[in-house]
Amino acid sequence: MKKTAKKLPMWLRYLINTVLFVALLLSSTAFINSGSVSPYHTKVIILCGINMILALALNLATGYLGQLPLGHAGFMALGAYSSAIFMRYITAMPGVSASAIFPLGVLLGGVIAAFIGFLIGIPALRLKGDYLAIITLGFGEIIRVVLLNIDDVLGFKFTYGAASLKNIPKTTNFFNTFLCVSLTAYIIHTVMKSRHGRAILAIRDNEIAAEACGINTVYYKTFGFTLSAFFTGVAGALYAGYLGVISPGAFGFMKSIEILVTVVLGGMGSMLGSIISATVLTALPEVLRAFSQYRMIAYSLLLIIVMIFKPSGLMGNYDFSLSTLLGKLGGRTGKSAVPEKEGEDNE
Amino acid sequence: MSKLVPVPSRGMVPERDVESPPVLETIHLGVDFGGLVAVDKFNIVIGKTEISGLIGPNGAGKTTVFNLLTNVYKPTRGTVILGDKDISGMSTRQVCRAGMARTFQNIRLFKDMTVAENVMVGLHHDIKYHTPGAVFRLPSFWRGEKYAKNKALEMLSIFNMQDMGDLKAGGLPYGAQRRLEIVRALATKPMILLLDEPAAGMNPSETAELMENIVKIRDTYQIAILLIEHDMKLVMGICEGIAVLNYGRIIAKGTPAEIASNPLVIEAYLGKKEA
Amino acid sequence: MEQTLNGIQTGSVYALVALGYSMVYGIILLLNFAHGDIIMVGAYTAWFFMTNLGQSPIVAVVAAVIACTLLGITIEKVAYTPLRKAPRLSLLITAIGISFLLQNLAQLIFGAGAKPVPKIVEVKSLNLGSVSVSGNAILTIVVSVISMLLLTILIKKSKMGKAMRAVSEDTEAAQLMGISLNKTISFTFAVGSALAGIGSVLYCAAYPQASPTMGGMLGLKAFVAAVLGGIGSVPGAVIGGFAIGLAEAWASALGLSVWKDAVVFAILILVLVIKPTGLLGRNLQEKV
Repeated sequence: MKKTAKKLPMWLRYLINTVLFVALLLSSTAFINSGSVSPYHTKVIILCGINMILALALNLATGYLGQLPLGHAGFMALGAYSSAIFMRYITAMPGVSASAIFPLGVLLGGVIAAFIGFLIGIPALRLKGDYLAIITLGFGEIIRVVLLNIDDVLGFKFTYGAASLKNIPKTTNFFNTFLCVSLTAYIIHTVMKSRHGRAILAIRDNEIAAEACGINTVYYKTFGFTLSAFFTGVAGALYAGYLGVISPGAFGFMKSIEILVTVVLGGMGSMLGSIISATVLTALPEVLRAFSQYRMIAYSLLLIIVMIFKPSGLMGNYDFSLSTLLGKLGGRTGKSAVPEKEGEDNE
Repeated sequence: MSKLVPVPSRGMVPERDVESPPVLETIHLGVDFGGLVAVDKFNIVIGKTEISGLIGPNGAGKTTVFNLLTNVYKPTRGTVILGDKDISGMSTRQVCRAGMARTFQNIRLFKDMTVAENVMVGLHHDIKYHTPGAVFRLPSFWRGEKYAKNKALEMLSIFNMQDMGDLKAGGLPYGAQRRLEIVRALATKPMILLLDEPAAGMNPSETAELMENIVKIRDTYQIAILLIEHDMKLVMGICEGIAVLNYGRIIAKGTPAEIASNPLVIEAYLGKKEA
Repeated sequence: MEQTLNGIQTGSVYALVALGYSMVYGIILLLNFAHGDIIMVGAYTAWFFMTNLGQSPIVAVVAAVIACTLLGITIEKVAYTPLRKAPRLSLLITAIGISFLLQNLAQLIFGAGAKPVPKIVEVKSLNLGSVSVSGNAILTIVVSVISMLLLTILIKKSKMGKAMRAVSEDTEAAQLMGISLNKTISFTFAVGSALAGIGSVLYCAAYPQASPTMGGMLGLKAFVAAVLGGIGSVPGAVIGGFAIGLAEAWASALGLSVWKDAVVFAILILVLVIKPTGLLGRNLQEKV
């Protein structure tokens, strides 16, 4: 589909995109910080952001890789605890500013989650569908139990187990959450719209054919899974910095399922779907406080109904393209180097 | 049709290929499934630019042979030599990278991708940029993608499919899907192309066109082609060397003329009148 | 020694539940996550009949088993049948949804706390030399073994049993032979759920409590048992069940009881890494 409108040079387009993004980031942060938004609403927004990252990360593993990992809460826990323990330790030192060092904590959380994800991937990714689901479930539970009981083994207080890890510096704010959500979305998007993304989708579509084309399926499955674990860990770190106190119980099978529900509802394979779904599913319980006891029932029913009637989720695997949108808005051609999937809803 | 001449090792290749080593050679290749000997003593030699055929009644084990060559099934015994490398024991992926590509009897396209994207997956290793290039959208990324798209369309033009680039692969008519699979396999830059029943489901005019295109592919890319087929017109029309398989064993090998007059072959095939 | 007996006791409950998992997987290739929660329903039914309706234990037991059976069949008809042609991932997610629904409905109706289930049977302990074997343990083991034997006879000798085996080997061929797919699948679910019902009663005899989440962990562990024994294999489920029960008991005996859960899941991982098809499972190869 060729548009005859003038094409902006690449570097200029990048500049415009970056400037727009920074402007959006700063203006929204200023808005939030100005007091126009109540602290309560700010908290909900931050939580939305964290859930968006969780959903985007799991969407990578389910929608794009075609797997069903059921232990992602374990990665969240690893990210949360790594970052929390690090932040508590480092802020005990004189002259260290918690908010300045927080990015390092987040990165640490992501890296540790990614590393464990990589290790888990070695046995897990050799298995198919159902078996992969249960082995990741197993690992998720083991992580939870280890975090719960490791202090007994170590002989000193490390995770504080069920007693909760308290006094974590509450360094998560709108700015760094927004930044992380954007980075997560950006990185996943750029990877998927490249030859690596094609390889990943090829594996999901027909693994044997992908192998016959010379694609290293082991590499890409591991790559995708590790990346997914990384972002989940990042979300965990943000979560720890948001709540200020964490315990292993929050990161059990239930949590993994909550994230899964978010992704499934939004559409496995649609980043926009994950974002919308995360927002709705975070905000709705807050709005419907009165009905909170029905929340999980509603979730389960929703999950079942969606699976029976619209298994592809709300957005199918429609993937939003920022450049196409900007192109349409500005009347110029969007990125045309890679064939775009324009708004089709796949059933 | 070219003359077949013997090569020093064993087997026969087209005269024009006698200077180069055979592209594919199997030595006593075989596989057992449980107690069943599915394929046994499979010995063939294929010349560098030979169009070779593998025929036999249904259930003879032809696709099994393909699966053995590409290591989808692990051979129980025997060796496979591709070019100058012993590829026995290599994974399917490594076999592809070594230079042997294939299509599938039941068509294994990436149904949710476009036609061009399917070919671009085949071009995966031909595209030269890495993950940082993709994430930061460096010039190497844009160059790579442009190259990939153009090359894909160029290859699709063999079958005159270059205008179908943005169509969804799963929505193509059957014949077009088969042709797309061939292009995708070709994109991996093989030394030999294995085609599993490429003419299945095609009408006579499509088949005639396919015959021309296969020869064209061989001439353009100077590769060998091994095909499994039931359509005798196609096999007799373009194959230079044919091996006949029955119950997992080769019962005859030779030129089309030799095969057509071989009593063993006629007996195995009694009733086959595809023409 | 006492722990070993404990292990065999819990193991037999696991085995009964694992049988349900294996049978359903063998027939429609679904990991029925909701299976464990059927036990919870059985327990609540027994509690309800005894506490609220003042019925005798026998009635309660029968009611529990019937309730489980009906529930199993209902779930199958409502949620799994529409998805028979759907990708396995969808089925799996639906099963998870049902499991959650059951747990949360129970929590809504009965509250999150545990309800004490009155004594079902009074069985005296047996004295074997220096060891006192609890009556419950003996009862559990005996009932379980009898159930498993009955099941084996059912599968091997009855017409339905043959149908079940046929469908799990080759669904299409079985249908071509005139076997009703729907009836066979429903029957499989019924039998599996009935066994779970028996399991729930036995479990309550040992741990007389009903709580919404009791099925969760129990189901997961029984599931590990099914995988260990080879999912799809009936004798495998039995072996797996006892193995997991014993493993847990011995872990406790070694003073590692807080790590019990982790031990079970570690076994799961080992099995999936070393021999994913389990001890007695079958290999399913994809046709190329």
